[in-house]
Amino acid sequence: MKYTEDHEWLKPEGDLVIVGITEHAATQLGDLVFVELPEAGTTVAKDDEIVVIESVKAASDIMAPLDGEIVEVNEALVDNPTLVNEDAMGAAWFFKMKLSNPSELDGLLDADAYKALIE
Amino acid sequence: MMPELLQTALGDLNRELGAKMVPFAGYEMPVQYPLGVMKEHLACRAAAGLFDVSHMGQVIVRPKSGNVADAALALETLVPVDVLGLDAWRQRYGFFTNDSGGLMDDLMIANHGEYLFLVVNAACKDADFAHLQKHLGDTCDLEMIRGRALVAVQGPKAETAVARLMPEVVAMRFMDSNVHDWNGLPLYVSRSGYTGEDGYEISVPDDAAVDLARALLAMDEVAPIGLGARDSLRLEAGLCLYGHDIDTATSPVEAALNWAIQKTRRTGGARAGGFPGAERILGELSGGALRRRVGLRPGGRAPMREGTVLFASADSDAPVGAITSGGFGPTIEGPMSMGYVDIDFAGNGTVIHAELRGKRLPATVVPMPFTPANFKR
Repeated sequence: MKYTEDHEWLKPEGDLVIVGITEHAATQLGDLVFVELPEAGTTVAKDDEIVVIESVKAASDIMAPLDGEIVEVNEALVDNPTLVNEDAMGAAWFFKMKLSNPSELDGLLDADAYKALIE
Repeated sequence: MMPELLQTALGDLNRELGAKMVPFAGYEMPVQYPLGVMKEHLACRAAAGLFDVSHMGQVIVRPKSGNVADAALALETLVPVDVLGLDAWRQRYGFFTNDSGGLMDDLMIANHGEYLFLVVNAACKDADFAHLQKHLGDTCDLEMIRGRALVAVQGPKAETAVARLMPEVVAMRFMDSNVHDWNGLPLYVSRSGYTGEDGYEISVPDDAAVDLARALLAMDEVAPIGLGARDSLRLEAGLCLYGHDIDTATSPVEAALNWAIQKTRRTGGARAGGFPGAERILGELSGGALRRRVGLRPGGRAPMREGTVLFASADSDAPVGAITSGGFGPTIEGPMSMGYVDIDFAGNGTVIHAELRGKRLPATVVPMPFTPANFKR
């Protein structure tokens, strides 16, 4: 599992990565009430704002962690945004993507480095 | 450098309860407790919530003549409300108007027999007090109460909870305002609040505030509620937040607060006019205003928040209004907003379009409150 400084997690699955937001981020955001996902098949560049999430407090964006293509999105979040608060690191993944350059994953934070970031 | 934030008498208790504290109107206030905004909101609607609203201003207006009617008539020069007709131990909603008919603040006015007791917004309280001092100083002694906290207990179980400490509160009706004894201390208790629920607002001496809050929080029915849920509760109840939904540029008629201006202060009434901005406000009461505050239900799930611009259709150019408060209503399980629209678009059922992240999304004008009020009339 890898992490970004924007509080996303990336978990390799075959030749794809699954992307979600960390439990820390979900706690900070508060109860989510709205999720807008990109279309599968969208080509994205690192830091593109591709997901809109809104909590009871405010709207924010989730950015593409790396360059690649969105392969699948988690439609369950659209109907049940609070799943993110219940299981941020598991069932509440946002999208699966195929990385343009899988080796870029190595440049992201590991668990210890992410833990240090949020402490 | 930021000026140091003021603390309420419940500040340490709020931190002990795990509140996330934020700056609000010069005070450090609890925005949420560990339960979180959504569950706090639902706890208040299902049982009861305790709110620290000690940042609000509490003002005593005492007539120099000793006759409370003189204080009422003096206050009527600043508010378009029937204060003289307010019976002893009753409370009424009102607002200070300015010379151009805008709203300087909204407030609660209670008649406590020998004096008037006002509760005003935190951000406006110093300006309100100066305004009162300037215009009422000759006829009334004014006191900004410094040593009292204010807690609200709101929800269908509020009566059960507060009655364990003060059995007299059961007999109170909505908008009664009394002084009740608790542990030998005089508490100012009104049966009112700002959530759309039944409940009480209790003014308590600072040094007894923690004891009172702890006594209430020890009850199964009562959960501490922060400003986050207070905002979603008042929005579901269709109530205005000063500085957002009403301000110095909005008139009471634009704000759909006509109901708070009694007949006696309107054209043809016994004490018509005589308040700042009367010409405009009385004119709008009879002729209408050009825009009006309305409730809106967004068509999709996306909340439409403050500042969102409204249009007549999906492709029209000129804005017809803007949203002043918006978010997610946990009780209605969907997004809700209030805002101002040109009068032609203010009718219930009108579909207008909001521009959200570059897209036009429909929203329907609906009556407020979004959730039915649960007052004990």
